[in-house]
Amino acid sequence: MFSSAIIGYTLHLADNALILGHRNSEWTGHGPILEQDIALSNIALDLIGQARNFYQLAAGMINGTRGTRAWPAVGGDKAEVTEDDLAYLRDGWDFRNCLLVEQPNGDWGATVLRQFFFSAYQFYFYGELRNCRHAEIAAIAEKSLKEVTYHLRWSGEWVIRLGDGTDQSAGRMKKAMDHLWQFTGELFEPAGYERELLAEAIAVDLPAIRPLWDQRVREVLGAARLAAGSDVWMQTGGKQGKHTEHLGYLLAEMQFLQRAYPGCEW
Amino acid sequence: MRMVMDDVSNIWSILEKVEDPEIPVLSVIDLGIIRDVSVENGQPVIVLTPTYSGCPAMDMIRVRIRMALLQHGFTGVQIKTVLSPAWTTDWMSEKGKEKLQAFGIAPPLPLQTVCHPGMFHREEAIPCPRCNSYHTARISEFGSTACKALYRCEDCGEPFDYFKCH
Repeated sequence: MFSSAIIGYTLHLADNALILGHRNSEWTGHGPILEQDIALSNIALDLIGQARNFYQLAAGMINGTRGTRAWPAVGGDKAEVTEDDLAYLRDGWDFRNCLLVEQPNGDWGATVLRQFFFSAYQFYFYGELRNCRHAEIAAIAEKSLKEVTYHLRWSGEWVIRLGDGTDQSAGRMKKAMDHLWQFTGELFEPAGYERELLAEAIAVDLPAIRPLWDQRVREVLGAARLAAGSDVWMQTGGKQGKHTEHLGYLLAEMQFLQRAYPGCEW
Repeated sequence: MRMVMDDVSNIWSILEKVEDPEIPVLSVIDLGIIRDVSVENGQPVIVLTPTYSGCPAMDMIRVRIRMALLQHGFTGVQIKTVLSPAWTTDWMSEKGKEKLQAFGIAPPLPLQTVCHPGMFHREEAIPCPRCNSYHTARISEFGSTACKALYRCEDCGEPFDYFKCH
């Protein structure tokens, strides 16, 4: 039997990867130069692939609880839930992604700063998760970590290039920092299902990886000659399904086809 | 027992001819993504590992494996996906590396390395697959597919793909 905590945690991991992957895919065909358009599209692809692995795992768990009401029905009367149902047929309050990943792309600077904050988080997060007691989650983490290493290097280099670039690029990075910094605290604030699974040696101990993230961010921001955000109130709630207004618009576009034409395939 | 052994080696040789849709010079065996082949109750069980989590070719590869085995009379093929241990270019065959080079894609370096998270970290020089010059520069570490990076040769002037160490 699967607990609602393990299903919730798996969906949280999937949603984080899917929503950031979708945001990045919005740049496909609009990147500042061809090579960087391709780079960000590659990162989007990696993240959506990671999301699929987690959704497939979650779907199997949810199907294993059928008839027990341990998890609310997704996908109506269908006998079995699939990865697609979880991505396309859940509503905003069902999504458990962090607020950071749903923030709009803004300009190129805001996109790379958001990516850097999240890749640095994923780098240390997956580094721990690959040793967790749940074999399938650990395997996805091990696989994903290799990909995230590229994302971290790429996004960090761009933060340095723009922060330590021209007055205009530095000014835009500062503006991006002013908006995004308030969403970084939530990354290390465990939700109920995380606290429950930490006791079972499955969930990552978030406060324990925070110093690693802090140090990496400090190093890169130092090289970029950018100041970290000021001591602001940290926004939270995404992990419990309380989102900023932006997620609804994202889902409206991402889910439109399956909502308008249920079961449509190409 | 004899029959099963024959079937297993037969399946391996069928898989030798299943091409990667993105890089058709490589077979799924060359790529090192087939981790195990067995036969249970007369039906093949293939254990597959993806190169990258989001590689869009994986679904197509599963279809091609089924089709190729069906053509040789194998039905009820089971394809299991495993993620751990994670795929590495170290599992690519030597023959595969030679085929890549001949195709114009620089193969992964013989010394297995993984991506270093240090900013502006310099990788080992990648020789140009056309003129063999080491005087090359990386244009982008992300290329036309997840597994490749984009390079340019400073001597012959040609851009080329590098199948990056992973």
